[in-house]
Amino acid sequence: MSAHDHAEGHGLGGAAHGSFRGYLTGFVLSVILTAIPFWLVMTGAIDDKQATAIVIMAFAVVQIVVHMVFFLHMNTTSEGGWSMLALIFTLILVVIVLTGSLWVMYHLNANMMPGLHDMREMP
Amino acid sequence: MTATTAGTGPVFHLEEEHAHAEGGSTMLGFWLYLMSDCLIFAMLFAAYGVLGGNYAAGPAPKDLFDLDLVAVNTAMLLFSSITYGFAMLTMDKGRVAATQAWLAVTGLFGLAFLSIELYEFAHMIHEGATPQRSAFLSSFFTLVGTHGLHVTFGTVWLVTLMVQVARFGLIEANRRRLMCLSMFWHFLDVVWIGVFTFVYLMGMLR
Repeated sequence: MSAHDHAEGHGLGGAAHGSFRGYLTGFVLSVILTAIPFWLVMTGAIDDKQATAIVIMAFAVVQIVVHMVFFLHMNTTSEGGWSMLALIFTLILVVIVLTGSLWVMYHLNANMMPGLHDMREMP
Repeated sequence: MTATTAGTGPVFHLEEEHAHAEGGSTMLGFWLYLMSDCLIFAMLFAAYGVLGGNYAAGPAPKDLFDLDLVAVNTAMLLFSSITYGFAMLTMDKGRVAATQAWLAVTGLFGLAFLSIELYEFAHMIHEGATPQRSAFLSSFFTLVGTHGLHVTFGTVWLVTLMVQVARFGLIEANRRRLMCLSMFWHFLDVVWIGVFTFVYLMGMLR
């Protein structure tokens, strides 16, 4: 891949292209990683819903990594490492936004409701 | 700049010595745009995560979602990703007709995805599950609709580039544009992984 980058030179910013093999590998992995979560939910193969949710989330994370590597050609050297740095920064923000929102709003839901209930029972 | 006083007089050197080709930083810039787009989707996912359980005594995911349809939709987007990959590979070899053919196939898969999604939305709205019905449906339509809008604009962009390639061939500028669209298209597939997992599959588990 590095030889290819040199051939392209500065013209295309050194962005790496994939190979036929790479795209096919990514595609086959994606099909498998998509099919299993759908199968799990459609058939209810795991009795516990929470366990199913954790498993399909794990499959999603793995599939996102597969797409990043095989389709978006992410690696630590493209664009001199700046694209990876931008990705890591974005991921940190995404994690803060998602976990922060869910955590805070869950506690608001859980703590405010009984309060209202108590108020109604007051003399 | 550095100045040397030895000799006849000060000699100045410009620090930027090598010229950058036009568009050399486009890919990084476009990647940064995609990352900001990723933040938009993160906000919408967070909104759905918070509001997704508020049905307002209206329909729940189980009453609305058809997983078979979602599976077909996911397949369409996945096929369009691999066909776009093939378009990029044929572009590298400089084969204009083959590139155009793969781009056309990609566009058709994109249109199939949009048609199925619109059918799903129309079906839900027909059943009274409109965006106004509950917070769950508002956040659902915003999140999935924003993704659909991205795919729509991606398809418009794809057709535009096909016209460009037909007129000017696989020139440097067109290659660069096709690579940007490639990143955009694959990025949308990545977002869709989040959508089908977090919205559809987890929705059926609620």
